[in-house]
Amino acid sequence: MNDASLMIIIISALLVKNFVLSQFLGICPFLGVSTKLSTALGMGCAVTFVMTIASFVTRLLYDGLLVTFGLEYLQTILFILVIAALVQLVEIILKKFVPPLYRALGIYLPLITTNCAVLGVALLNIDEGFNVLRSTVYGFAAGLGFTLALILFAGVRERLEYSNIPESFKGLPIALISAAFVSLAFFGFQGLLGI
Amino acid sequence: MKGFKTVTKGIIKENPVFRLVLGTCPTLAVTTSAENAIGMGAAVIFVLMGSNAVISLLRKVIPDKVRIPAYITIISGFVTIVQMLLKAYLPAIDKQLGIYIPLIVVNCIILARAEMFASKNGPLMSILDGLGMGIGFTLSLLVMGSIREILGNGTWFGMNITGGIYEPAIIMILPPGGFLAFGFIMAAINKFSTKKVEHTGCASCPMPCGVSNNGEEAQAK
Repeated sequence: MNDASLMIIIISALLVKNFVLSQFLGICPFLGVSTKLSTALGMGCAVTFVMTIASFVTRLLYDGLLVTFGLEYLQTILFILVIAALVQLVEIILKKFVPPLYRALGIYLPLITTNCAVLGVALLNIDEGFNVLRSTVYGFAAGLGFTLALILFAGVRERLEYSNIPESFKGLPIALISAAFVSLAFFGFQGLLGI
Repeated sequence: MKGFKTVTKGIIKENPVFRLVLGTCPTLAVTTSAENAIGMGAAVIFVLMGSNAVISLLRKVIPDKVRIPAYITIISGFVTIVQMLLKAYLPAIDKQLGIYIPLIVVNCIILARAEMFASKNGPLMSILDGLGMGIGFTLSLLVMGSIREILGNGTWFGMNITGGIYEPAIIMILPPGGFLAFGFIMAAINKFSTKKVEHTGCASCPMPCGVSNNGEEAQAK
């Protein structure tokens, strides 16, 4: 996969294999935080930020530490601990050095550790055999894809608020069914890369 | 008797998927067939019972402040064991479930049971709780997987049971079908039960992954 051009990686992560809508990674925040457009944007930015850094760091550690010592089977444990530590670190650094960014993203950061999209991208980078540069780009593009799905869906949900919906469909069921249609729309991108 | 109740409450009354709305990612992702649903369910039962047992035994040793990282480490240990066992003995299932096996680590159900049950109860009860919750999770996945496989492929556990009386709607085994099936099942549960399903599951989760009330609470601060 290392000969795949960066553009293909970006399009694939953003549209064709969108993390939320076709790979079901990060469904919890997708259903939870997508009720308002502003919240969706904040969460999306925070996730993109962490996913980019996490992809870079986990890939480096995998090649530098696990492969060198033949400990590949420890990847799950290592990755989740690295992500948890990373989220804390990013929070501390932002708070100290970039207060405006911290005020914008800070509230979403603690929610990210257990977001399966972050661990998912780290594991997918290894599965696909991307090198460090491609891993980082893939992490960034996947985060953008997550943000895109969240924002699109927030728009749909804001309209749902004022619609007349049968009693038993109110709340989560109608949200899931509308997600199915957004997902169906994204399914149309499958033909883009000739897969 | 109390042990029996601990097991059964996870199946209907506190069903983790349809009642507490936990672990939605694997519920949607791996239920393209009944067989996958059983494979995923079995893996989660093993991890839940194991992590509940160990966390319950260590509940007086683990300092309160670092309990979440400690729980995550214990859980990912068990997940790694499952991963290796599957790779060695059931490579076909391992290939089908792919990265969703290591992603059990961040499944809310397991962390929520560790925080809500295993950290307060003895090891035997915790194992039974893990068993009950795991069975509830597996049954929910099986329901989803069966519906999707029968409608989308005309088969059940790979056997052709519809005899070709209708053209299978492939959409049901594709990603949109997951959302669709889950939405309609939730609506049916709302219709036929007196208590409405609320999306409160992750409120009890010690590490909220950003679910509605948490996200908004966080924003209000």
